[in-house]
Amino acid sequence: MKKSMKPEQLTCPLPITEHDAIQLSHGAGGKMMNELISKLFVWAFDNPALSKQDDQAVVEIGDQKLSFTTDSFVVDPIFFPGGDIGDLAINGTINDICMNGARPFCLSAGLIIEEGFPLKDLERIVLSMKRAADKAGVTIVTGDTKVVNKGNADKIFINTAGIGLIEHNHDISSCNLKPGDVVIISGTVADHGIAVMSQREGLSFDTPIQSDTVALNTLVEAIVKAAGGDVHAMRDPTRGGLAATLNEFARASEVGIKIREDLIPVKPAVTGACEILGLDPLYVANEGKLVAVVAKQKADSVLKAMQGHELGRDAVVIGEIDSDRPGMVSMMTRIGGQRIVDMPVGEQLPRIC
Amino acid sequence: MKYLEEFRDPHLAQKLLSGIATVTTKPWVIMEVCGGQTHAIIRNGIDQLLPRQIELVHGPGCPVCVTPLEMIDRALAIASREEVIFTSFGDMLRVPGSEKDLFMVKSEGGDVRMVYSPLDAVKLARENPNRQVVFFAVGFETTAPLTAMAVWQAKQQGLDNFTMLVAHVLVPPAMTALLSSSENRVQAFLAAGHVCTVMGWEEYLPISERYRVPIIVTGFEPVDILEGIFMAVQQLEQGRAEVENQYRRVVKREGNRPAQELIRRVFQVGSRKWRGIGEFPQSGLSLRPEFEEYDAEKRFDTESINVEEPPECISGLILQGLKKPHECDQFGKRCTPQSPMGATMVSSEGACAAYYNYHRHQDDRVES
Repeated sequence: MKKSMKPEQLTCPLPITEHDAIQLSHGAGGKMMNELISKLFVWAFDNPALSKQDDQAVVEIGDQKLSFTTDSFVVDPIFFPGGDIGDLAINGTINDICMNGARPFCLSAGLIIEEGFPLKDLERIVLSMKRAADKAGVTIVTGDTKVVNKGNADKIFINTAGIGLIEHNHDISSCNLKPGDVVIISGTVADHGIAVMSQREGLSFDTPIQSDTVALNTLVEAIVKAAGGDVHAMRDPTRGGLAATLNEFARASEVGIKIREDLIPVKPAVTGACEILGLDPLYVANEGKLVAVVAKQKADSVLKAMQGHELGRDAVVIGEIDSDRPGMVSMMTRIGGQRIVDMPVGEQLPRIC
Repeated sequence: MKYLEEFRDPHLAQKLLSGIATVTTKPWVIMEVCGGQTHAIIRNGIDQLLPRQIELVHGPGCPVCVTPLEMIDRALAIASREEVIFTSFGDMLRVPGSEKDLFMVKSEGGDVRMVYSPLDAVKLARENPNRQVVFFAVGFETTAPLTAMAVWQAKQQGLDNFTMLVAHVLVPPAMTALLSSSENRVQAFLAAGHVCTVMGWEEYLPISERYRVPIIVTGFEPVDILEGIFMAVQQLEQGRAEVENQYRRVVKREGNRPAQELIRRVFQVGSRKWRGIGEFPQSGLSLRPEFEEYDAEKRFDTESINVEEPPECISGLILQGLKKPHECDQFGKRCTPQSPMGATMVSSEGACAAYYNYHRHQDDRVES
């Protein structure tokens, strides 16, 4: 993450890397996307809220602090085990709003629909959005509809934006990790990405792998209640998976993160699917999990609070923060070796969220 | 028995590690042939847990890495054509040709699709009779039965819009070439378990005998690899040179006969160029004359595309086990997975990518 502006960044930033056209990897949550964001978007729109590069911006209107975010959803297939593009679009934005401890308040929804898209599929998606919003206690207060020529979009794309209210004075941000903190994951990793990928590749399993898409705002409430100001950062590890989130944390706070492979929960069916598909579960997307970094003295009470919540039953400590090798994530492997868990470069899976 | 967890068991791994430490009395150089094994070694940190005297060198068994630059350029030329749906295993998409990669062709409007099986490409050809569907057939003996089956099915179904760009290579000739080199340092091999699943291990007997080198057919999980190393060190220490099978739960002596038969019917053995190493005889597969109509190089007339490889990339030396990735001046500087100079940095099975992703900083520390 950018901490200060260097003189060379003041010149025209293009071309970015060696590409003069956008590649799929520029949207995949890895190094290429981060570079595009820093060198073009943050450079052009430069302001303090954006420069923090959290998943949500904090803006103040009078005395009220707001959490504001937007996200676009282009998942293919649009219906997958455990969810669809509709509830994904609602849950994803709610999760981005609330990862700084904000209470989600209202959402917008913008739909880009391809000509010829079946109305019954649209109804199914809209009802799924409605159910997800109701469940999270959030209303969709405004929206927009565009229809494009057949072939100019793939079935349906959804953009959602949302506002949440920050009703506490804690600094919960990716820049706020401290040596000695512990890293907690709320449950099994890689479920969403593998559910989507299995559907796409026609894989079937004895126990179907379901997407974990869900709104995490009540789990966040429970964590903030248990930890107060001792929860230092939270994030939902979506594109790029757990590996990308931990790398973003390590860079933003200039600390080292050490995790242990044997502590990271992965469902056996997901492990099997990852073997078949040649994927590393650490880099696969989640849509209903969060990583919380908490001061050591509060780790037990936060863990207990999470495990007492239905969305955090499998919560577990997976590692800790130290001051060695700032910006780097390393992992003790199951057999006792060490490896670096690097930021992914680009795509591991095409278009999963 | 779940065939996965037990081969990642930390206690078994520890037992094998102490076994290796006990039997090792002198330095030995062991090559794991297959890129999948290289990745498992680095990803699990196996090399750091071994006694200092055991040096693992990484072999040429990464199909993406050894596919020559000119073949990539031919793929790019074909994929850029308007009538073509170009299909490939995912790993090939980011391999750089002279100027671009398949992802860039895709972003320029080329119809490039990732498939998990060449049979999916045959299906695409059936569903798109007005398009030309091309599959990029890379890999060793492991993927050859699949691609042979694709051609076989295309012929049976009378598809005239399916072709393959064939870049198949064979393991035993590569091992022989390494062992015949005057610079060879390799004293034992972990042979590639998946290749042997198809081919069996009889063809390694003459190599082991002629060069007096232990060859252990080895699997891909940490416990497999440690057991393979243990068996290799035991042979070396006892002065034996035999072919042994560690991967017994999968590999049979005779291999998979129907798969071998299919390969023989569709392909013929001939000379092939290897990226970074050069051309050597009897080292690859091409389509038999009776399947010539499925040869993409002939259909799209790309045989005239020939290119030289960049001189500063040492992937050839790395593929022969003569250099380690971090010994390259360009490693982690001009050459990274984001902007690779050679295929060993591109493929997730490539030795350079494995070092970069998992070990880069340990190496930095050693050097500083």
